[in-house]
Amino acid sequence: MIKTLDLVPVLPEIFLAVAGLALLMLGVFRKEDSTKSVSVLVILALGAAMVLVSSLGGDRLVAFNGLFVADRFASFAKGLVLVASAIATAMSLPYLEREKIGRFEYPVLVLFATLGMMMMISANDFIALYLGLELQSLSLYVLAAYNRDNARATEAGLKYFVLGSLASGMLLYGISLLYGFAGSTSFETLANLFSGGHEHPVKPNMGVIAGLVFVLAGLCFKVSAVPFHMWAPDVYEGAPTPVTSFFAVAPKIAALCLMVRVMTGPFADLVEQWRQVVTFVAIGSMFVGAFAAVVQTNIKRLMAYSSIGHVGFVLVGIAAGSTLGIQGVLIYLAIYLFMNVGTFAVILSMRQKGRMVEGIDDLAGLSKTHPMMAFVMAVLMFSMAGVPPLAGFWGKFYVFMAAVEAGQFTLAIIGLLSSVVSAYYYLRIIKVMYFDEPVEAFDKPVGTSMSLVMAVSTIVILAFTLIPAPLVTSAKAAAQVLFPAAG
Amino acid sequence: MNDWPLLSLTTFLPLLGALFILTIRGETEVVARNARNVALLTSIATFVVSLFILAKFNGASPDFQLKETALWFPGTTIAYSMGVDGISVWFVLLSTFLCPICILAAFGSVEKRVKEYMVAFMILETMMIGMFCALDLVLFYIFFEAVLIPMFIIIGVWGGARRVYAAFKFFLYTLLGSVLMLVAMLAMYFDAHTTDIPSLMAHSFPFKMQLWLWLAFFASFAVKVPMWPVHTWLPDAHVEAPTGGSVILAGVLLKMGAYGFIRFSIPMLPDASVYFTPLIYTLSIVAVIYTSLVALVQEDMKKLIAYSSVAHMGYVTIGIFSMTTQGVEGAVFQMLSHGIVASALFLCVGVIYDRMHTREIARYGGLASRMPIYAAVFMLFTMASVGLPGTAGFVGEFLVLMGVFQVNTWVAFFAATGLVLGCTYMLYLYRRVVFGRLTREDLKGILDMTPREIAVFAPLIVMTIWMGVAPGTFLEPMHASVTKLISNYELARAAHDGLTLAAR
Repeated sequence: MIKTLDLVPVLPEIFLAVAGLALLMLGVFRKEDSTKSVSVLVILALGAAMVLVSSLGGDRLVAFNGLFVADRFASFAKGLVLVASAIATAMSLPYLEREKIGRFEYPVLVLFATLGMMMMISANDFIALYLGLELQSLSLYVLAAYNRDNARATEAGLKYFVLGSLASGMLLYGISLLYGFAGSTSFETLANLFSGGHEHPVKPNMGVIAGLVFVLAGLCFKVSAVPFHMWAPDVYEGAPTPVTSFFAVAPKIAALCLMVRVMTGPFADLVEQWRQVVTFVAIGSMFVGAFAAVVQTNIKRLMAYSSIGHVGFVLVGIAAGSTLGIQGVLIYLAIYLFMNVGTFAVILSMRQKGRMVEGIDDLAGLSKTHPMMAFVMAVLMFSMAGVPPLAGFWGKFYVFMAAVEAGQFTLAIIGLLSSVVSAYYYLRIIKVMYFDEPVEAFDKPVGTSMSLVMAVSTIVILAFTLIPAPLVTSAKAAAQVLFPAAG
Repeated sequence: MNDWPLLSLTTFLPLLGALFILTIRGETEVVARNARNVALLTSIATFVVSLFILAKFNGASPDFQLKETALWFPGTTIAYSMGVDGISVWFVLLSTFLCPICILAAFGSVEKRVKEYMVAFMILETMMIGMFCALDLVLFYIFFEAVLIPMFIIIGVWGGARRVYAAFKFFLYTLLGSVLMLVAMLAMYFDAHTTDIPSLMAHSFPFKMQLWLWLAFFASFAVKVPMWPVHTWLPDAHVEAPTGGSVILAGVLLKMGAYGFIRFSIPMLPDASVYFTPLIYTLSIVAVIYTSLVALVQEDMKKLIAYSSVAHMGYVTIGIFSMTTQGVEGAVFQMLSHGIVASALFLCVGVIYDRMHTREIARYGGLASRMPIYAAVFMLFTMASVGLPGTAGFVGEFLVLMGVFQVNTWVAFFAATGLVLGCTYMLYLYRRVVFGRLTREDLKGILDMTPREIAVFAPLIVMTIWMGVAPGTFLEPMHASVTKLISNYELARAAHDGLTLAAR
């Protein structure tokens, strides 16, 4: 039956897996501390994987008997994840060395988590999806508790593990329900069954819908969408800051892309069933993200709520369920990536007398002590608030354009109103930096990697409005492959 | 320079200046001086370039002119598209005219973080000019919103004691209105399949949809105008903003809302505009009378002038929705004259604030004896504000009243009471500040206006009298555009009436 094992579509993943194992051995067999060299090699491996992903071209390739798919959408999403992971690794290194918790397992764990994310993005079957998701999650649980002598970090890791396992269980339960009622775990077969193209079509009965909701709940947990968001603020606050900066970007992008794939693939014809759930989750996330963040004083907690809010906006695009909506999701995620790494580069530079500080008030008067850093942060905050002409506005613009196209005016209006509320706390950070008097300056210098990340993300955020075409067109091409019928 | 992209040049020249200022390094004193000079030169250059726009503009044609288009967002119709007609060209000039004056006025009053102030101001100028030139819905929105960023910083960093509160109120109030407008814009895009403003003007939206769209636009523009009861951000923002910020706020930013009504609500949503005209009239009359009375009891000079701005903008909205040629032309003229006169009044307050560091009316009195030039200048602008014939203020108010009288005499009557009230609070202010006996010790050493301050006021004085004596200079070029606006509007109305008749 199996003619030849065509491994070309899986080449980037295989490469990363081999690289991960090799680096693990390198770390073990080298006697001295090798965090730095392994980190550099991990970044190089991620870069090489990026090259491999882009060399696949845009054609739809299937491997492992239909379990794994590589297409333009996967390439786009993998590109974002690889960039996010590489930047997170680069930003972690100075922190690990300073805090003396550098061990070579850290970058390798990031590498394996990234591998899991890429498997998720390319999953074409629920079993493959689960495999990728668990590889990612297990690596992340360890990363959360990475600072093992710190009570808060271990608490965060444990919390994340317990709640994450629960979510995985829910997901698995949903998959088993779907298998029981529809008879398959393959995305293509399921899509065929639900669309009525199959000889024994499956009507969206109670069992299927229950399965769908369980799968959605599991995925919502992974992207920290309301009502499964409770872990996020605690884990973000407790985990070491570089880990938080990794958590906030790459896994979110991967899980949201996975959600897009699942909703537009097997469940494409159940859109009436899942749209109300996604709409509810989107509204909840936007509201909690906006209102709960207002009272935060810790910047990492604030970023947790901020990311909950951003996930809500992305879900608006998914709820539209159209090419435009998915295009909006991809544009949003790309911009979100740069906004967040830039912000975390600033947060990682918040050190006073060699000690990390995390209070929003510690930023007081930053515009006088570190004018450039304050400028970067101000640009990023205005962008997150969605004020044009900064890139963050366009992310919101596209997802709400999709919502309006789909006739979801209520969702669009609620979403935009919550973005006004969230503007309040982003403005508060700007107020603290620009309007308040400085208390104590942060340590200088901030380091080359941090400065570089800040500069690049600011330039991307500022320049997107001037040169939007590359991102917009590639996101559109990526979104179109998910809707073959629409052409 | 026949095919130069004049509008883009005018729009982005200040941004270039801002980038240049950013590169200035060195000692604080030197940086401050260079930043000031660069900003002043850039804004004057921008004004000169904008004069070329006026020179190339053909006032006899009602079309959008000096158009520039470039592809922007592939896959949508969103394009970088600029152009001016007889109405917007004046606002472009108003912006470029006021900016050098504001920068010159900031020479004495902004002492800390001069470089940042000038950068913020230059960015603000780019955004304002771009907004009046934009011929694409989304481009308009970008500029319209982007104004908030520099203004937020200007109020928050260089403002008075309650600056943080004022800056937040300003930002969030405006943003709240704008996001509703964004939803409306998206809905328009999916109905008309274009974001090009001239094409949207030709498109007719279904009546039901018009009502919702109109309300969404109203939410944004009413806050910006500002109309009663959403005007409360204005007195706070004005009082706390530094003088230059107040001037731009009163001179240009307030015009953005009314400009939006002229550009979007009336030509694109004519049926809904008729439907909601009574609402506009009511709110405007309340604004004229109520805010005039509120102005009468103010203790703070800036607050008084801020309330008077709300009242004056009430005339503007009445004029626009009278839908007569005189009314609309009067409204545009009133906006221009208010842009000059209110700015000058804020500068007048700035002059004595810089000396005494208080805006409390009761702290002054009898300035005429120590500051004769100042008293004369202040007198001129007070008269212009109350609409004395021969000054800029008269023409606009008169045309508005004439326009609205043809449509609704009661509205004209109530609006006219505002004239009396306007006289009352302005003259009362003038008497308390300038006349009387100079009794306070600290006022006895106050100095009259410096040559720099006179240079700030001179162009404003010239413009005020020019606009009052020869309003034709300004009314001629806008006539064709306003006539087209009115005739298109009447055509759309006739079509709608025909439809409703046929439906019966």
